[in-house]
Amino acid sequence: MEPSARHMPHPLDDLLRVDRIPHIWCPGCGIGTVFSSCLTSMKSSGIDLAKTVMVSGIGCSGRGAGYVNLDSYHTTHGRALPFATGMKLANPELNVVVFSGDGDLFAIGGNHFIHAARRNIELTVVCVNNFNYGMTGGQVAATTPFLAKTTTTSLGNPDSPFNLPLLAFAAGATYVARWTVLHARELMGSIQEALLKKGFSFIEVLAPCPVNYGRRNKLSLLDTMRLYQQKTIIKNGASPTELDIDFSRGVVLGKFIDIQRPTCIESYDRTCRPQEIAEGKAA
Amino acid sequence: MTGDVACAEGALAAGCSFFGGYPITPATEIAERMSERLPEIGGTFIQMEDEIAAIAAVLGASCAGAKAMTATSGPGFSLMMENLGLAACTETPCVVVDVQRAGPSTGLPTQGAQADMMQARWGSHGDYEIIALSPMSPQEIFYQTIEAFNLSETYRTPVLIMTDEMVGHLSEKVVIPEAASIKTLVRPSAKGRKDRFKPYRPGENGVAPMAIAGQGYNIHATGLTHDERGYPVMTVEAQEEMMRRIKGKIRNNLADIIRTHSYRLEDADIAVISYGVSARTSLAAVDEARELGIKAGLLRLITVWPFPEVELRSLAERVKALVTVEVNLGQIHLEVERCASGKAPAILVGHPGGAIIPPERVIEKLKDIAGKNH
Repeated sequence: MEPSARHMPHPLDDLLRVDRIPHIWCPGCGIGTVFSSCLTSMKSSGIDLAKTVMVSGIGCSGRGAGYVNLDSYHTTHGRALPFATGMKLANPELNVVVFSGDGDLFAIGGNHFIHAARRNIELTVVCVNNFNYGMTGGQVAATTPFLAKTTTTSLGNPDSPFNLPLLAFAAGATYVARWTVLHARELMGSIQEALLKKGFSFIEVLAPCPVNYGRRNKLSLLDTMRLYQQKTIIKNGASPTELDIDFSRGVVLGKFIDIQRPTCIESYDRTCRPQEIAEGKAA
Repeated sequence: MTGDVACAEGALAAGCSFFGGYPITPATEIAERMSERLPEIGGTFIQMEDEIAAIAAVLGASCAGAKAMTATSGPGFSLMMENLGLAACTETPCVVVDVQRAGPSTGLPTQGAQADMMQARWGSHGDYEIIALSPMSPQEIFYQTIEAFNLSETYRTPVLIMTDEMVGHLSEKVVIPEAASIKTLVRPSAKGRKDRFKPYRPGENGVAPMAIAGQGYNIHATGLTHDERGYPVMTVEAQEEMMRRIKGKIRNNLADIIRTHSYRLEDADIAVISYGVSARTSLAAVDEARELGIKAGLLRLITVWPFPEVELRSLAERVKALVTVEVNLGQIHLEVERCASGKAPAILVGHPGGAIIPPERVIEKLKDIAGKNH
């Protein structure tokens, strides 16, 4: 495919649908950093890219699947995880990466998230958390901080947000990490580990949405990046219960969980298949 | 075996290797059978967290190359509608069985109906075509499930099996033929240079060959309006081209898709139109009417969607009345009336749901029409 005239060569061009650039993400949006970190990690991890698939739901981050030059599926709102589950079960050789946003994965798709984690289905889930619904113009999400302003909470969010790593841990995820777009190196390290992890891996990435969330909460892009730099604490192995997002107290980043337990497919083969079939499949 | 079990066996005979399900009366037995049988043959059964997840998993499995299906009933069918639209838009083969029960809402969970027929046609938002079959017996559901997979793969479209609780729970003898005698079809597969492949460029019959995940074609599939490359294009022209393709591949192949069965219709002057369990009622009623000297015949709809319009229009030209027998208060009846275009009166023998229609009710109606009720 031919790059468009305005496109400058980029080291990730082979993994991008360059004929779809420019992308739709707003100036200052953090999704691009998460996306390029994800592609860089895919390359550096050494996984077979011909057997690697990206699945997204709906929303700004959900557009990720549309820009990656791999088999890529842009599904319905909230349903990337069950779609990815079916894909992985039907062909266990595939590396299935779910790239989507907080609204998609944790509000409309929240039920699927806990069940995918519970089953320990071997997926790499990268969640861009920008604290609001960006695509529709900045509405309150399940991750919007308490009292933050959005178009549907103009006087402040009366509800408390999810602590996503705690939710992932409680549901059974075997790899859980959180970074911000300012911590791109650590993020790439985590995504690479997650891609090679045999189990359900979850990485939350805090990302600015200056146009919708930032504007209404008096947080310029630089203010947000400053918070990411000055009000974050890297604490690998921190207890998931300490991970509420409150920048006034400091937000904990790091790799929190990295454990092993049988995957959905391993357990199914062992429990549900006749021995000779299970062995045949493993061979 | 029961209709539900025969459905599962038909799926296996068709080469189904993935079932994503969620329990619901009266379709649960299909999931139970698949949960036992699939792992034995190297396939996979998974009970998902809800019906939305069940159909999403089915679509994911299909995109990874599996022949995949799910089975549900009214409330679950409603939940599946959005992703049924994704299947239509992304042209992903899959088979969805609706073992209909009386509604609306929770309705009569253990008692049958045929009241999801219009939902089957129009339940997901937007314009699209759908194929829906309606079996009248456990033996037929076995064959129709194979047919459903074949049509789904051939036309890259979701195919619905609109059965009902009565057929699903009816126990009858089912003959399962030798595997070698069963014709199974697979989707047209992607060929040629991988960097030039266009995932939505239609082949001769209007159906685009399908690349599956991991084959190296690097395809993109989206529920957004897309062009031949699969890329989102937000224009009226792209919408028109996509709609023309996804409707055209069905509308231009009606002769291959539509199946009906005519019974004693050659000399009939009253045509009964029916499908599913109500076709059993109608067969009995037609025979009884003939005994009474009424020239009745039955047009049984095996394919309900796309609707056999041509056949209905020609029938309306040559009979005195069209009597639709169905366990709802007038759904397919409306289609019959539309096709009759006033050439023959369209009359409904309906039922609010929860039981089969006794043949006597149909016979009474036929006697009325024939003027034999005086």
